[in-house]
Amino acid sequence: MEKTYWHSVVLEKDYCNGCTHCLDRCPTQAIRIVDHKAKIIESRCIDCGECLKVCPYHAKGALVSNLDIIKKFKYTVALPAISFYGQFPIEYEMNTIYNALLELGFDEVYDLAHAAELLSVYENSILDKANLSKPMISTYCPVITRLIQIRFPALIDHIIKLEAPMEIAARAIKKRLISEGHESDDIGIIYITPCPAKVTSIKNPIGLSKSFIDEAISTEEIYYKVMKIIDKVEAKKRLQISTGKGIGWGRVGGQSYAMEIEDYIAVDGIEEVIKVLESMELGKLESLNFFEGYACVNGCVGGPLNVENTFIGKNRIRKLTNFYGMNEPINIDIELIPENMEWDLPIKPMPIFKLDKDFKKALEKMSQIEELTQKLPGVNCGACGAPTCRVLAEDIVNGFAKFEDCIFMKKDKGGQGYVG
Amino acid sequence: MNTYEKDQKNVALKLHYDIANDDFSRAGEASSKIKKMLKQLAIDANIVRRVAIATYEAEINLVIHSNGGNIEVFIKSDCIEIYVEDCGPGIENIDLAMTKGFSTATNVAREMGFGAGMGLPNMEKMSDAFIIESELGAGTNIKMIVRYET
Repeated sequence: MEKTYWHSVVLEKDYCNGCTHCLDRCPTQAIRIVDHKAKIIESRCIDCGECLKVCPYHAKGALVSNLDIIKKFKYTVALPAISFYGQFPIEYEMNTIYNALLELGFDEVYDLAHAAELLSVYENSILDKANLSKPMISTYCPVITRLIQIRFPALIDHIIKLEAPMEIAARAIKKRLISEGHESDDIGIIYITPCPAKVTSIKNPIGLSKSFIDEAISTEEIYYKVMKIIDKVEAKKRLQISTGKGIGWGRVGGQSYAMEIEDYIAVDGIEEVIKVLESMELGKLESLNFFEGYACVNGCVGGPLNVENTFIGKNRIRKLTNFYGMNEPINIDIELIPENMEWDLPIKPMPIFKLDKDFKKALEKMSQIEELTQKLPGVNCGACGAPTCRVLAEDIVNGFAKFEDCIFMKKDKGGQGYVG
Repeated sequence: MNTYEKDQKNVALKLHYDIANDDFSRAGEASSKIKKMLKQLAIDANIVRRVAIATYEAEINLVIHSNGGNIEVFIKSDCIEIYVEDCGPGIENIDLAMTKGFSTATNVAREMGFGAGMGLPNMEKMSDAFIIESELGAGTNIKMIVRYET
């Protein structure tokens, strides 16, 4: 049964000129070029946004709402991502920036870094109790969770089944607002997102039957609107409430640091994460307690929908972590119980690369693929529309492509080969 | 079945990889390819993991210790058989070689993070059946079977 997912990453066909940049970069080989346009195979896409970052024609986009969406609700709450801390010049205080969001029309702003610090406390308290294989894997980056489901199913037992700070906050806020007399349908909880994968997590959550977040707007869109008014904003309310422990979650390693774990590795950049997961699968990293991995360089602060250069952003987050203090006590205002912090559904493998449900047929296909791969030139030029010769062989065997799609094979048959 | 012998019956798919000695930059490539293929065949994740570890350790052993050799994987309907053959130098004391932590790896190999003395023990641990035969000056043969259901 092929389950189709809603995807945040989309292709804007008019801009695509059929080059092969994205083909190469896709970690799940989800892209093909068909009729001079990139095509995303939806069942394979994990919304990492790598294609979005690499496209020179800006032909890839992320499906997010714009600010007008807040008019749809009677009462709106903004949940700016933790990496929001790294976007603004350091002279603007985060509390002022959060107050600017009220000016933009939100009724409330919740500091997600605070939800993250609460989660650090909870996570620490269950680490020893959790009956998990080591190293335990953080699920903060949804791309990595999906990557594991697809490519490393043997590592699913390592995943700590904890909610992301955004869901913990949204769940608590919605409960509170309903208890204060708001109608559930009137409440709009809106995530300000640095990445398309988080939007996908809202529409198709992993480990949760339904997200408590209603909509997502990109950091980019909000950033420019905030910057227009920021000099006139008066910080009337105390909205920034997190210590440095929560703020650090905006960059790679922040989570492990907040939890004060000794033996951990924090890895950023999807290709590097894949290498580490490969060795973990071979049992090479059992001496580690904890692994946090991010698809983006430097973690969430490198998200494709952010504004600031990822290294500048990371530096700001580091400074702010110190400014707000790592030694400050954390105010626990959401009860640290499993119902508030953990996923309620199991994580299942998604073996999208399997050739056939039937083992015998899969074996036959594999033999054919092996044979075809030997015949193809092995230059992985991408001109056929598949990222590598081997993937073309797979597509041929699965009936999605023809042997003649290979331009070298055309030449052998008296075709024209390369034509300038 | 206590002697090393290739069982050619009912092989659905045969994979063959030649492994050169001392080629550290490619060490792990063959086992990585094998792993990828088994995943495409939708073989249970834990079986894939066991075969991946067994072939990885075998591959590293060939690179570090042998004068070159090969790995063959026979995929069958009920199990996966792994054959590792090399052309020397052979193992002097197999019992000692099978001991956790024992290694004859060179300093060069150790500096690269290999030679922890866990290769052979790990291979045995990952397989349902494990046969090793070695002759000094001639070479070493290993057969491992990983069954889908035990």
